[in-house]
Amino acid sequence: MLKYILKRLSLLIPTLFGVITLVFFMIALAPGDPARVMLGERATAEQVELIRRELGLDKPLIVQYGLYMKRIIKLDLGKSIKSGQKVSEEIRDHFPATIELAIWAMIFSTIVGIFIGVLSATKKNSWIDFGSMTGALMGVSMPVFWLALVLIMVFSVNLDMFPTGGRMNIRFYFTPITGFYVFDGLLILIKTGDPKILFSALHHMVLPAIALGTIPLAIIARITRSSMLEVLNQDYIKTARSAGIKERIVIYRYALKNALLPIITIIGLQFGLLMAGAILTETVFAWPGLGKWVYHAIEARDYPAVQGGIIVISITFVLINLVVDILYSVVNPKIRLS
Amino acid sequence: MDITITTNKLEKNSLMKEALFQLKGNKPAIIGFLIIVSFLIMAFFAPFLTPFEPETQDISLRKMGPFISNHILGTDDFGRDLLTRIIYGSRISLTIGTISVGISLTFGILIGLVSGYYGGWFDNIVQRFVDIMLAFPYILLTIVIVALLGPSLTNAMIAIGISQIPSYIRVVRASVLAEKESDYVTAERSLGASNTELMFKSILPNCIAPIFVQATLGVGNAILSSAALSFLGLGAQPPTPEWGLMIASSREFVTSAWWIVTFPGVAVFLTVLGFNLLADGLRDVLDPRMRS
Repeated sequence: MLKYILKRLSLLIPTLFGVITLVFFMIALAPGDPARVMLGERATAEQVELIRRELGLDKPLIVQYGLYMKRIIKLDLGKSIKSGQKVSEEIRDHFPATIELAIWAMIFSTIVGIFIGVLSATKKNSWIDFGSMTGALMGVSMPVFWLALVLIMVFSVNLDMFPTGGRMNIRFYFTPITGFYVFDGLLILIKTGDPKILFSALHHMVLPAIALGTIPLAIIARITRSSMLEVLNQDYIKTARSAGIKERIVIYRYALKNALLPIITIIGLQFGLLMAGAILTETVFAWPGLGKWVYHAIEARDYPAVQGGIIVISITFVLINLVVDILYSVVNPKIRLS
Repeated sequence: MDITITTNKLEKNSLMKEALFQLKGNKPAIIGFLIIVSFLIMAFFAPFLTPFEPETQDISLRKMGPFISNHILGTDDFGRDLLTRIIYGSRISLTIGTISVGISLTFGILIGLVSGYYGGWFDNIVQRFVDIMLAFPYILLTIVIVALLGPSLTNAMIAIGISQIPSYIRVVRASVLAEKESDYVTAERSLGASNTELMFKSILPNCIAPIFVQATLGVGNAILSSAALSFLGLGAQPPTPEWGLMIASSREFVTSAWWIVTFPGVAVFLTVLGFNLLADGLRDVLDPRMRS
C-alpha cells in the first residue's frame, strides 16, 4: 500500500513541474507585451519600463523562467499588480469560499445523484428510470451560468426564498475564524449559542451549491445507474435475494457497496472540475471565491495573480485526483497489486 | 491483398449499415438528430425565417413581453426581436461547434495516430504533454488561452479547439494501439503496405467509431464553452447575436424581463441536448461493449 502511494507521489512531481512550466510559457509567450497590456495604451514608456524591470521582463526568457521557478519553490507567487498585495495572501483569503462552495455542491450532487442512480437501476426501463435519465442528460446539457440566473429569477426574485448572492447577510458583522462560513457559524453557535451566522451562511449556500452541483449530479446519477445494473446482475445478488434478505438491504448494503468503485472515481474527478467550474457560478452569485478572483485578475491582465491562481487551481485538481487514486486503491486491492 | 481489403470494406460497410439500422430504433438518438437538424435549418435559412434583422434596434419596442405581438419571443432592452437574434445565433454556435471540433479532430487524429502507431520516444513525450494538459481543468485552460490571445469569437474557437486536443489524442491513440496488432494490419504489412498507408488507409477507418462519438459530444461541449466564454466577455462581442452574450447582457433584467434571460439559455440547452442525445445513441450502437 505504502509502495503504491509512494509511486503515485513520485509521479506527482513531474506533473506539477510540467503544469508550472506550461503556465509560465503560456503567459510569457502570449502575444503583446504584458507590461504594456497591464498599463494600457496611455502609459508612458518610462512607466512601462519600470513595470518590465519590476517583473523581470527585461531579462532573457530562460533567466526569467529560472527566477520564476526559484520563487515558486519558495512558495512565493509574487505581488498582484492591481492590489499590490502578495498573491499568496490573496489566494489564501479567497480559497476557503471556493472550497466550501465546492464541498456543499459535491455533498448535494453525491447524495441526490447516487439516490437517483440507484432508483433508476432498480426500476430499470420504468418511467422513473426514463424520467431520471432524461433529467440527467438535461442536467449535463445546461449552461451553468444560465441555470444560476434562472434559479435566482425563480427562487430569489419571484419567490423571495433565497438571497441573490454573497456569502452572508451584510448586516451580520463577524470576523471569520476559518474562512469556511458554515463551519464558522457552527463554532459561533457552540460558543455563544447564536445560530444566525450559521443559518445565514447555509441560506446563502443553497442556490450556488445547486447551480454548481447540477452537472456532477447528472454525471454521478448516470454512472451509478450503469454500475448498479452491472452489479445487480451478478449471482451473489440473486443468492441474497433468494435467501429472503430484505430488498433494501440487498440494494444498499450488498449491491451499492460493490458498485461504488467507478462512482468514487467520478466523484473525485468532478470535485476537481468544480474548482474551475466555480468561475462561472461565483461570477453570477457574487461569491467572493478564487474563481471570481482569477476571473477579475484575467480581466485586469494582472499576470502574477493569473499565474498564481491557475497554478493553485491546477495543483488542487491534481492533488484531488491523487487522493481519489489512493482511495480507489484502498477499496480495490487489484489496482495497487498490479 | 485484394481479399483482405474486400473483407475489410465489407465489414466496415455492414458495421455502418448496422449502426444506422440500430440508430433508427433508438428514440433518444432520433430526437437528438431532429433537434440538430432543426437548428441547422434555422442557421441556413435564417433570413427567410424572420422578417426582422438581428441587430436593428427600435427603442420604442424595448422589453416587449413574449406572445403578445408579432415579436413572438418578445424584444430585448434595445427593442431587437429576441427570436430573430436566437435564430441568427444558431449560425454562430453551430459554426463554433464545428470549427473548434475540426481543430481538435485534425490535431488529435494526426498526433494520436502517429503517437500510437510508432510508439517509442515520440509517444512518450506526447503522452507526458497530454498528462500535463489534462492536469488543467478544461474550462480554465480555455479561459486562459482566450484571455492571452485576446477576447474574440475567433480566438474563443481556437482556444476551445486547442484545449480539447488532448482528449482526442487519448481516444485515437487508445484505438490505434488496439488495432495495430490486428491480423489485417499484419497481413497488409507483409504484403508491402507502407506505414502511411497502414496508418491512414487501414487503421484509421477502423478507429472511426469512438472518434465519431467523441466528436459528436465535442460539438455540444464546444457550444457550451463558447457560450460560457461569451458570458464572461471573452468570446463574442456586442452586438453579435451570440447566445452566451445574450444571456450575459440579460443579467440586469432578472427582476424585470424574464424572457430575455430565459430564451437564449433554452436555445443553448436544446442544441447541446441534441448533440448529447445523438452521441449517447451513437455510443450504444457503435460500442460493442455497450451493445450487449
